[in-house]
Amino acid sequence: MKECEISARGINVWYGPKQALFDVSLDIYKNTVTSLIGPSGCGKTTFLRCINRMNDLIPFCRVEGKLMIKDTDVYGKEADVLSIRKKVGMVFQTPNPFPKSIYENVAYGPFIHGVRDKKKLDEIVRHSLQEAALWDEVKDELNKSALMLSGGQKQRLCIARALAVEPEIIVMDEPCASLDPIATAKIEDLITRLKEKYTVVIVTHNIQQAARVSDYTAYFYLGKMVEYGKTAEMFENPKEKSTELYLTGRFG
Amino acid sequence: MKIGKDPDGLAELLVKISAYSMILVVFFIFFFLFFEGIKIFNFESVQHFFLGQSWQPTSSNPRFEIASIIIGSLFVTAGALLLSVPVALGCAIYLSEVAPPSLSELLKPVIEILAGIPSVVIGFFGLTVVVPAVASIFGIPSGLTLLSGILVLAIMVLPTIETISEDALRSVPRSYREASAALGATDWETIHKVVLPAAMPGITVAILLGFGRAIGETMVVLMVTGNAAIIPTSVFDPIRTMTATIAAEMGEAPFGSPHYFALFMIAATLFVISFMVNSAANLLIKRGSRYA
Repeated sequence: MKECEISARGINVWYGPKQALFDVSLDIYKNTVTSLIGPSGCGKTTFLRCINRMNDLIPFCRVEGKLMIKDTDVYGKEADVLSIRKKVGMVFQTPNPFPKSIYENVAYGPFIHGVRDKKKLDEIVRHSLQEAALWDEVKDELNKSALMLSGGQKQRLCIARALAVEPEIIVMDEPCASLDPIATAKIEDLITRLKEKYTVVIVTHNIQQAARVSDYTAYFYLGKMVEYGKTAEMFENPKEKSTELYLTGRFG
Repeated sequence: MKIGKDPDGLAELLVKISAYSMILVVFFIFFFLFFEGIKIFNFESVQHFFLGQSWQPTSSNPRFEIASIIIGSLFVTAGALLLSVPVALGCAIYLSEVAPPSLSELLKPVIEILAGIPSVVIGFFGLTVVVPAVASIFGIPSGLTLLSGILVLAIMVLPTIETISEDALRSVPRSYREASAALGATDWETIHKVVLPAAMPGITVAILLGFGRAIGETMVVLMVTGNAAIIPTSVFDPIRTMTATIAAEMGEAPFGSPHYFALFMIAATLFVISFMVNSAANLLIKRGSRYA
């Protein structure tokens, strides 16, 4: 059994009066890729945003339950939201680089966390872009606008930006939703390599993508986690009828 | 283009006419001002007109020198912007980023009302409230000063700069804020390092529109600045602006007189200053949006 990185117990989430997640309990293991799948509106993104408390930004959103990242109680009274978000890098559905240069995008995170030494920043930028498999494509144009990059490059830049603050966990919310198949393949390749160093949680609408990249899969339906297990086993032998129907494309 | 057979052609023609007629009007105004104004140089040398400080259009030995008037306009405008830009920006940041939405909803119409108050009303308020207050607080014999002009003009341009800056800040995509927050940035770091830079082109436009409004404002400055054509040595001196000069004297200047031409040249100068500021703005916006 692998070491547990994220442990959720009895997570309930409400948006105003509407409950979006019902009693979700889930252990996510270190250095694995876990995908969250399920039809639209099933709560997978909501769960993902619980991990780094991004739901705090949504007015009238309320979270109950216990979520631990190692020894950190994410919703505890003493929780330091900023350091939790630093520990959990996030990649969004639509690539959202800042309207700044490529260099500034990556250096932004370390800079706000106190790195002022230019040499050190240079090193972080280079290393992060290398890790995100973007360095070779942009090393000669670091001062160009990030908005000039292609969609796939932008998304890898966003991954590099997240890596630059040395997170332990990377959460990705449908990172390939707006990308073409070639750019998607590059990101998927990157995801499988990232798990050597990081714990990756990915929300995806693409069942094949979940099969390709993830070690574990959690299937959500109507705000409940229906089934969770090793990806290979679940895809081969879904225990629940609902999982089977979703995986075989009968609804979703 | 066959009008009638091709409905798109007709629409195109209509918008074309609208566009060209606007450009035509601008050119027409400029050339009219310029050709009327240039005749003053038959009576006063170019150098004296722009660099001299003595504006005595009705004396028996008339002098038409407008340096002090240009400086009066620039000082009162710069002072008003210096005062109102920080307040307007602070207000815009508060309403768009910090304040709860319900409070923003409440305050927005209040600011819009301020923008809609006719300038003569604000001038009247300045004359009856600000001018005596300035006189008594600073112990000077008359409150009709550069300072009063700055204060009242600042109030006038505040809503212009605030509303346009606020719109610029609000149009910064939510995804930028989320990306910054997800990296562990505080709200203030996000505002300062991501939202403000992204909104900068819009904020620049806001400030320049504020400049345009301030330098073109006539009634308020006419009422509260004392209208003495001297170069001020402190904010407690009176000043006279280009706009106030034109408004106050155009009625008395006989048609075709040197005085009449001089006022036209002042108007042309004002036009050129506005034009230059607008061009500078466009240049800045282009450079600012390098990454947008």
